[in-house]
Amino acid sequence: MASRVRIKDHWREQRLYEQRILVAAVVILLMVGTLIGRLVWLQIVKHDYFAELSQGNRVRIEPLPAARGTIYDRNGEVLAENRPAYQLELVPEAVPDLEDTLRRLVEIEVLDAADLDEVRRIIRARRRFESVPIRLRLTEDEIARFAVRQFDFDGVDLKTRLARFYPHGEIAVHALGHVGALSEADLARVDRATYAGTSTIGKLGVEAAFEPLLHGRNGLREVLVNARGRSVQLSGSLGDALRNEPATQGQDVILSLDLEVQKVAEQAVWDRRAAIVALDPANGDVIALVSRPGFDPNGFARGLTRPEFAALNANIDRPLFNRALRGTYPPGSTIKPLIALAGLTYDRIDTADSVYCRGFYSLPGSSHRFRDWKRQGHGRMSMIQAVAQSCDVYFYILSNALGPTRIAEFLGQFGLGAATGIDIGGERPGILPSPAWKKKTFSDPRNQVWFPGETVIFGIGQGYMTSTPLQIAHMTAIIGARGRNFAPRLVTATRDPVSRTITQLEPVPLAAVTVSSPEHWQIAVDSMLAVTEGGTASRSAAGAGYRIAGKTGTAQLFTVGQNEEYDEKTISERLWDHAWFVAFAPADDPKIAVAVLVENGRSGSGTAAPIARKIMDAYLLRKFPEPVPEAVAATEPASGGE
Amino acid sequence: MIYDDVSDSTRRTLSATARILSTLKLDGPLLIGIALIAVYGQIVVYSASGGDLASLTRGTVRLTLGIVAMLALAQVKPTVLRNLSPWLFGLGVILLVIVDAIGYIGKGAQRWLDLGFVRFQPSEIMKLAVPMMCAWYLHERALPPSGKSLLALAALVLIPVGLTIAQPDLGTGLLILIAGGLVIILAGLSPRIIALLAVAAVGAATIGWNYLHDYQQRRVLTFLDPSADPLGAGYHIIQSTIAIGSGGVFGKGWLKGSQAQLDFLPESSTDFVYAVIGEEFGLVGILVLLCLYLFVVGRALFLSMQTQDTFARLLSGSLALTFFVYVFINAGMVSGLLPVVGVPLPLVSYGGTSMVTLLAGFGILMSLYSHRKLVGS
Repeated sequence: MASRVRIKDHWREQRLYEQRILVAAVVILLMVGTLIGRLVWLQIVKHDYFAELSQGNRVRIEPLPAARGTIYDRNGEVLAENRPAYQLELVPEAVPDLEDTLRRLVEIEVLDAADLDEVRRIIRARRRFESVPIRLRLTEDEIARFAVRQFDFDGVDLKTRLARFYPHGEIAVHALGHVGALSEADLARVDRATYAGTSTIGKLGVEAAFEPLLHGRNGLREVLVNARGRSVQLSGSLGDALRNEPATQGQDVILSLDLEVQKVAEQAVWDRRAAIVALDPANGDVIALVSRPGFDPNGFARGLTRPEFAALNANIDRPLFNRALRGTYPPGSTIKPLIALAGLTYDRIDTADSVYCRGFYSLPGSSHRFRDWKRQGHGRMSMIQAVAQSCDVYFYILSNALGPTRIAEFLGQFGLGAATGIDIGGERPGILPSPAWKKKTFSDPRNQVWFPGETVIFGIGQGYMTSTPLQIAHMTAIIGARGRNFAPRLVTATRDPVSRTITQLEPVPLAAVTVSSPEHWQIAVDSMLAVTEGGTASRSAAGAGYRIAGKTGTAQLFTVGQNEEYDEKTISERLWDHAWFVAFAPADDPKIAVAVLVENGRSGSGTAAPIARKIMDAYLLRKFPEPVPEAVAATEPASGGE
Repeated sequence: MIYDDVSDSTRRTLSATARILSTLKLDGPLLIGIALIAVYGQIVVYSASGGDLASLTRGTVRLTLGIVAMLALAQVKPTVLRNLSPWLFGLGVILLVIVDAIGYIGKGAQRWLDLGFVRFQPSEIMKLAVPMMCAWYLHERALPPSGKSLLALAALVLIPVGLTIAQPDLGTGLLILIAGGLVIILAGLSPRIIALLAVAAVGAATIGWNYLHDYQQRRVLTFLDPSADPLGAGYHIIQSTIAIGSGGVFGKGWLKGSQAQLDFLPESSTDFVYAVIGEEFGLVGILVLLCLYLFVVGRALFLSMQTQDTFARLLSGSLALTFFVYVFINAGMVSGLLPVVGVPLPLVSYGGTSMVTLLAGFGILMSLYSHRKLVGS
């Protein structure tokens, strides 16, 4: 083997080593440069990005829901408030044996075995140290059953939270509206930040229309959390910049409603399909607003179950439907005083003129008979008599003389055919027909023609014309106020819950109705006085102690053939005529104007007028029928909502 | 004269200190550098542990233990160290085999050896024993090493590396490989072979991928894309980059790093303490630390160049460079440049064995330097 032993050359090896170290030093500097480059990227270039991520890591925002404003009636009676509701909550990490605990909760019947899977799912989805609601809306019995055994249930607790409560239940529900679960659609139209931590929102009526006022502003609290999401005590300066914005309570709202009068009105039509609106002619204040049947808003505030809602929705009497604002009915004879006033205003007739009624009216050159409700005719009728007796023929003739355009124009001044502008919105405009309206509404040219016969029945509030009870009450109030006109309103003032300062809201004046002579108002009022003093509604007005100007009406649903007799025994109850009665009192200086509509009530004088009388007695004389049945009072909810 | 400014007493103090250091076979500048890093580290670990005085105490105990080891080893003559190398290496291999055997029987990862009074990782010994063994092997031989020597060296390095990776402990295995490899490179391994080995390493990594344990594969995948599994394996890296990035230039302040204080940053006082520095002291704080490290490494390399024989040179150079490699790997992994391999930040991370091993290494380095014969100058 030619293996050669190499001799160590120390000097050369030293040089080699120094070279290697030099190279290593350069490599080290390059590597440190890489590290610094990375630091510059993270700490300078992307600093803002990471700072935000870090902030998001450590801070959790807890909303502080604002207490919703209270709703009062005009006398300070609470109509809607917040009350504690009870729910069962469980802290998973504090429960020694979850399955055993759940089993025992089912045993004492505060938890339904069918819900167990759902409860387990909710518990799994939440953090171990969070209090998880496992049962909402506990009844008094359930609360009692749990409370006596609470010592057996470590980690399970009854929790209260504020829930909307309507102490009078169904009373005035269609005016108040209600709160309901905040839906995705609701969230789309409100400021999400404002509603963080709020689970309900006003759905109808005052609750919806004054939502921004009632809701207030939610506050928020930033909580320092660690990596497990548990909130930690402010440790030194880490909690420096945490925000804590207290909630601003919602404003209280004071309504023009008079709860006692409202109750009388509700009670009078409790089992019927009906609507009542009572206004103060001097300012448009709504004294009572009834739509029956109603429903208990507390159910919505708690959260209705699906079957409960389906039952309400499927009810043939449509309790969810606000008849006062959205029900459109032919106004019938209630508009006769206005037709008379139109005749005077357009100078088509004089107070002294009289008409002979023989039971029917035919247009010139036509054999079609427009019949009077009184088959044998009223005989000779003056204007006041015609209103008092509700003579159809008089108004057939007068309408024909006025023509549809003038009638529509005049009625339009009283707000008919358009929204009254009530402050809770949601109303329908009804229909005020005219040749122009027909042209606009129908596409088929054959339907666009205005027939002379349509003019004739226009004068007795039949045909195309429909109005809401609110519109009719509004119209009546304008007559009572002799042309002065205010938009109906429910909310008269707001109150700051902290400072208790009340802010009055001014009435909303609308364009006053002008007639050619102020005396004509007196003629219209006189004619309506004649209705209750010797006319169709005299029985209901007897012995009132104050003078009532009124007018009865019926709205036909079922058209009777030319020579047929209207026989209610042969037609379905739901096709019977609707009964109207409108009135204001005292006639000389009206404090209240009322419109009563009873669906299928058949007779304005027989059905509707006595109801109006009760309301006026209650409001003007503080005279209340006895007793107010228990059914009216709401049952206290001992429960929380969804 | 320029020294007029320095008072006599100061001069006396300085020369007294120098005498003491010289007697203790220590290097002043290196000692100061190490001390500064260690103190800095204790300050940061105190914050990272949530202001825990107990862990500060334990850290100080370990530091003291390391300093004792450093002092002791500095006193040992290089020839003794050299002659001990094969024995230490042999002992280390036997212990590694025992650990592997226990792990095999117990069907699980096994890194520790429990001697009743103390638990320690034999692989940690190998971080010193392997470079010592390589330097010992090359000491009498002419450099650059011959082909036959290289084969022998490869065996000396790869056997303990293989045993360590089998534990399984890929991180420590790689560190041992680097420590041994650096000795060979410093001995003058030709650049051509270095390049060849680099290519081979890439190839081996590709093939070796399949032999990696699941968690090891995940670590690498996570490194490539941490956001793919933000709450799982990628969580560490995401949180550590958030910590560093949110620190900005000047940091959030001591004890004010929310990532570390609120436990978002995992292992904040051990492997990820670098991120705590970045969060609480910012870029400035890390630059200070990196400068300290550069100073220590530079001083160590300077010392190694002063040594006079092959064993001393190769071993001291390898120790100095390995120290830097630890810094780079840890800083790189915490800031998201390298995969997470469980390498502590030298002299800073809380945790016993590595602190002691590192200081022991510096003790050896100082011994190699301070026992040189002052000839030819």
